[in-house]
Amino acid sequence: MARKPIQFRLNGKDEAVFVEEGQNLLDALRRQVGDTSPKYGCGQGTCGACTVLVDGEPRLSCLMLAESAEGASIETTAGLAGAELHPLQRAFLDGFAAQCGYCTSGMLMSAKALLDRNPSPTREQVVDAISGNICRCTGYEPIIDAILDAAARGAGRRSA
Amino acid sequence: MSLQVRTFPQLGEAAQALAADRGARYLGGGTFVMRAINEGDVSITTIVRSTDPALQQIRSDGDRIHIGAGVTMSQVAASRDSDFLAAPAQSVGGPAVRNMATVGGNLFARSPYGDFTAALLALDATVHVVEGAGRRETPLEEFLRQGAQSEPRRVVAGVSVRRPHSRDAFRFRKLTRVKPAGASVIAIAAHLPNAGGRVQGARVAYVSMGPRPTRVQAVERALEGATLDESGIAGALAAATEGLDPPTDAIASYWYRREVAPAVLKRLLLGIQ
Ligand SMILES: Cc1cc2nc3c(=O)[nH]c(=O)nc-3n(C[C@H](O)[C@H](O)[C@H](O)COP(=O)(O)OP(=O)(O)OC[C@H]3O[C@@H](n4cnc5c(N)ncnc54)[C@H](O)[C@@H]3O)c2cc1C
Ligand code: FES
Ligand code: FES
Repeated sequence: MARKPIQFRLNGKDEAVFVEEGQNLLDALRRQVGDTSPKYGCGQGTCGACTVLVDGEPRLSCLMLAESAEGASIETTAGLAGAELHPLQRAFLDGFAAQCGYCTSGMLMSAKALLDRNPSPTREQVVDAISGNICRCTGYEPIIDAILDAAARGAGRRSA
Repeated sequence: MSLQVRTFPQLGEAAQALAADRGARYLGGGTFVMRAINEGDVSITTIVRSTDPALQQIRSDGDRIHIGAGVTMSQVAASRDSDFLAAPAQSVGGPAVRNMATVGGNLFARSPYGDFTAALLALDATVHVVEGAGRRETPLEEFLRQGAQSEPRRVVAGVSVRRPHSRDAFRFRKLTRVKPAGASVIAIAAHLPNAGGRVQGARVAYVSMGPRPTRVQAVERALEGATLDESGIAGALAAATEGLDPPTDAIASYWYRREVAPAVLKRLLLGIQ
């Protein structure tokens, strides 16, 4: 099968990989790059587990053609923590916002996109931000609370 | 599986490539096309896409606005030029879907999708279809009628639409089972120009009441000359589902859709949220 070279930035580092024609970005990140932090839930756009940020905006990596990431800046959960956990990760831990954890990385990226743009969201804005992310365990309330908690701790104001 | 991706800087070249290859599929935002590929749809052998900058434009021209086919729902909702279309654009999926879903792709959506298309239908939009080096303009209603018969083999460059008569003249309501993001039980878009307190030239379109977004002429006729109050809209409510054969799917049944349509129409016409 034909392979195409692409280059992009992943969590601030340059990446150059060969992708298959028609391959989606989620698959390329997991198999070619080795970043398994975005999860495969459905491959249909319905669960949000594969959410990554492309040039700061949330996208479903399972529905994005890998080669259209050429030149883009991509953020995944693997890049969230520095020396310390990102305030969103800390708030999720403290607030028991993850049970099985399968939805967590998508939730974190959707939440990060929100807080980067709107550091003090209302509850309604949080609900909208994660409306494309399905969680089968928590019933959502701990996740919403954790995102509001992270906002209160200044998650949206720290430099990315 | 062998799949080929062909990217063209000019839309005209993309149109040629699409027309010449039965296995080719045009890629907009990919929320349908990539889904089909992930499911292993082997009828798609070539993905055709274009980087033509015209696809990404929103521009005003007097009281008409032109929206490129590659503009996403998020971009429509964020632009001042297309502010009157923010509600239907915001109603599509969650934030990530809205960052990907394009205006062009929505024109091909089937029930229970097509919310943005219904809004365009109510506003009597025109579709710009690529033909050779030029563009052919087709009323959206006719475009949808043609599309129902064949799979998309034409490339859409964009749509143009006139601003509504007044802010209140354009209305959109969507009933979903899941909030805030969900596919429609029914969605209704209406343009209700008002002359001396009476409706004149109403256009009403439904989503999820047929295979694709459709105009509801029985309701439009009943609204002609009507006042938007309980007694004025009675005829429109009585005609709400006339001749309609809505689908039964995972969201709602045929029966439920027909039951609920007049209730949603009533809220829209009376301006109840
Ligand atoms: C989780 C989820 C939720 C959704 N919710 C909604 C919703 O609430 N409301 C709604 O209306 N839709 C919804 N959708 C469906 C879909 O995302 C939208 O209808 C979207 O606008 C489709 O556009 P696209 O650019 O992604 O299409 P694509 O997948 O790129 O294309 C769809 C079809 O249109 C053709 N096409 C695209 N652009 C062009 C063009 N310029 N010229 C010719 N042909 C073209 C393609 O060849 C293909 O056949 C949802 C989808 C998902 C996955
Ligand atoms: S894996 Fe992408 S939305 Fe489910
Ligand atoms: S924690 Fe299990 S799906 Fe959300």
